[in-house]
Amino acid sequence: MASYTVNTLAQQQEMLEKIGAESLDSLFTAVPDSLKLQRPLNLPLGKSEFAVAKKMKELASLNEVFSVILRGAGSEKHYIPSVVRQLSGREEFVTAYTPYQSELSQGILQTIFEFQTGICELTGMDASNASVYDGASAVAEAVNMTIDRKRTVVLLPDNLHPHTLTTVKTYTHWSNIEIKTVKTINGRIDIASLNEILNETSACLVIQNPNFFGLIENVSELSAVVHAAGAKVIVSSNPMTLGILKSPRDAGADIAVGEAQPLGMSMAFGGPYLGYMATVSELVRRLPGRIVGQSLDLDGKRAFTLTLQAREQHIRREKASSSICSNQAHCALIAGMYLAAMGPGGLREVAVQSSSKAHYLAEQLTSIGFKLRYEGPFFHEFVTDGPLTSVTVESALHKRGILSGLPLGENGMLWCCTETISKHDIDRTILILKEVLA
Amino acid sequence: MSELIYEKSRPGRITVTLDELDVNRVDFSEDLLRQVPLRLPQIAEIDLVRHYIELSRNAFGVDNGFYPLGSCTMKYNPRLNEECAALEGFTQIHPLQPISTVQGALRAMELLSESLCEITGMNAFTLQPSAGAHGEFTGMLMIHAYHAHRNDLKRTKVIVPDSAHGTNPASASMAGYQVISVASNPEGGVDLDALKELLNDEVAALMLTNPNTLGLFDPNIEEISRLVHAAGGLVYYDGANLNAIMGIARPGDMGFDVVHLNLHKTFSTPHGGGGPGSGPVGCKSSLIPYLPQGSLIKHNGELSFVTNTPESIGRMRSFYGNFLTNIRALTYILSLGSDGLKDTSLQAVLNANYMMAGLADLYPVSYPGPCMHEFVISLQKLKDETGVSAKDISKALLDFGIHPPTMYFPSIVHEALMIEPTETESKETLDHAINVFRELYALAYRNPEEILNAPMTTPIRRVDDVLAARHPILKYNFE
Repeated sequence: MASYTVNTLAQQQEMLEKIGAESLDSLFTAVPDSLKLQRPLNLPLGKSEFAVAKKMKELASLNEVFSVILRGAGSEKHYIPSVVRQLSGREEFVTAYTPYQSELSQGILQTIFEFQTGICELTGMDASNASVYDGASAVAEAVNMTIDRKRTVVLLPDNLHPHTLTTVKTYTHWSNIEIKTVKTINGRIDIASLNEILNETSACLVIQNPNFFGLIENVSELSAVVHAAGAKVIVSSNPMTLGILKSPRDAGADIAVGEAQPLGMSMAFGGPYLGYMATVSELVRRLPGRIVGQSLDLDGKRAFTLTLQAREQHIRREKASSSICSNQAHCALIAGMYLAAMGPGGLREVAVQSSSKAHYLAEQLTSIGFKLRYEGPFFHEFVTDGPLTSVTVESALHKRGILSGLPLGENGMLWCCTETISKHDIDRTILILKEVLA
Repeated sequence: MSELIYEKSRPGRITVTLDELDVNRVDFSEDLLRQVPLRLPQIAEIDLVRHYIELSRNAFGVDNGFYPLGSCTMKYNPRLNEECAALEGFTQIHPLQPISTVQGALRAMELLSESLCEITGMNAFTLQPSAGAHGEFTGMLMIHAYHAHRNDLKRTKVIVPDSAHGTNPASASMAGYQVISVASNPEGGVDLDALKELLNDEVAALMLTNPNTLGLFDPNIEEISRLVHAAGGLVYYDGANLNAIMGIARPGDMGFDVVHLNLHKTFSTPHGGGGPGSGPVGCKSSLIPYLPQGSLIKHNGELSFVTNTPESIGRMRSFYGNFLTNIRALTYILSLGSDGLKDTSLQAVLNANYMMAGLADLYPVSYPGPCMHEFVISLQKLKDETGVSAKDISKALLDFGIHPPTMYFPSIVHEALMIEPTETESKETLDHAINVFRELYALAYRNPEEILNAPMTTPIRRVDDVLAARHPILKYNFE
């Protein structure tokens, strides 16, 4: 019943006459009769806007929205300033295509240029691309950047996000890349075993920092070892943590990537999210995807444009290192807006509050008998074991509207705090768990 | 041009404040901490708002005007889609919540997958790929896994027509294949003899867009699939141009084994200035085992993800794809239904043919006969006679508030402009665009200088792309 087509029957008739066609069907003569669907699609008929809205609301209402969320693992609930939500919805941004036509798209191009600037500030890098699909695919694309004829071995520790690990393996499955697993000790990369497997065939080490278990890796020390063997360092970071943590570049990374969902995107059941990629000048021409550059117009005015396109699939076809075309541009716009709305102080505060609250939650949990699984410094996520099974913890908190940490095996749990968690939320969580323990 | 937000920054200005920290502040050791100042913008909320409003005025979306960008299907993006995708029950759920608390989300994904199966004639879909090229890569990996599982390891080549999008060969190459190109015949379709010559037991697949990038439905498609299958290969459908044939013909019935769709084209989700899109991949039963992880299964009325998928290619990204984009597409499908989807394709094809009829006497169309949802004109003669190129005409269109067609693609047509009006444009809009194109044609002969200098009314004039590439400035220089 809903329809977004516009021409009246009379107009359609007029148009057919101009074309010289008898009917709409006669425009499809190239489609062999044997292929023409002789029945309507087996889908319900169109519905009114009211009916569709009702149906979608029903579906949405079957999902439970938790008021307190202590779960992260690649998706976190941060406060999204209303100015970001309101402005990012401007139709000119939302309904535009990729800015191929610079003269008509300076606004879009500038938002991407500003996003690239923000990512470079956070990571300490010289150049950023305009985004890729998400954090996991960003790692996979970064791995591809480091491969050459002699160096084909990729070193992956097992404390990466499991989805990142699988994505890298999937992306590189049919290439000449060999993946070797780096051992971890106490949740962090074991530098001794890393030293053992590094050699002249090593292309790169991927470090997630903070890692999947929330622990802060010794990136500087790891980088020194990797560089000594002539390989590259890829650091995957939650950009929120870079509000206070040392930048990947300062810690020795050659390529900085990550999942930027925490910069203004809702959890949204996993997407759309935002993969960012930034690197040093020497590697810029190996970056995949769109990049916006600054130039001049005919009158000498500053102007932005898509640049370094000789890297991309529409020019290089099968010789391109990546096929990416559409990216997550609108998410990049949101992230750029978020960074501007928060400013350096605001982002620092989000990082400080998220980590401080996580440390308070960890203290409180250990005070009632939970044990921290790992000793090293953590940021805003951490793993506990026992004394309750993870199923018990999850369901006890669920009944009170709290989404617990993520169950890791029978007794393990990966907790996460953000600035949206109050001391009161944590105290209430502890009280509920105490009741279960009693 | 507008000042950068970084240039507007003044120390001490703030937009957002947080509550006071209500627990002890954690201290990290100095060696872990940032050593240089973080130079993010410091800006007051009102200035932030004005900055982005100004930028939005220098952007151009479907909501601003006609956007006949070929192969991109820039149709109207219904507001209802946006409203449904903004429902809290969709935006505020964590991807790793207990499965019992996200049944609505899973049901939405199931509904969308089932609908896409019916529209394309496929047996299963994954919603994980985030864009068209991501879908292509996914599909080619599935094809590679399929052959490998049958121990058919000789197949190292993928055939791609010379008219294909650049993403096709690039995706096939990422999936470990050597790409070979097949020529087009004089009618714009796949040259059957050339295809036969290329087919052997080393060919893993043929990638095809149908209607193809010339806007033509390949009438030999059944024979093409038959030939590829007979040689032991699979046929891959690039769904970029599905908007022409919904409810009329289905890739599955044409013999395609794997398809990807572009929900940001055919299914009306907004393109966001370059993304996020969504590129679901569908396949026939024989390829289901190779789908990425995250297929849905229903047990006692409860939906959940299949956990044991030993033959799956793995994952293309985290979680389940661009979920909110998929919600928009589902909203669209529910709104239009079987009748509306078919009407969409009929009207898209009508609009394209109408526009072609209005232009063909001045702007030659390389391949005769009715087109599908788009058509390609060649400006070679115009350029030879006036010096005005496809790019120049495109730039002149900007002054009329019309987004230019896709330029210089497909590369087999010289000075190509690929025009796709879509079904959501009125006859009045098409008439206006036709008139503008015709006036520009006349102007090219009368006063080519004027077109060579276009655009004149946009915020900037033509950009020096060579300078941008030769001396890359990719971020704001704070010094």
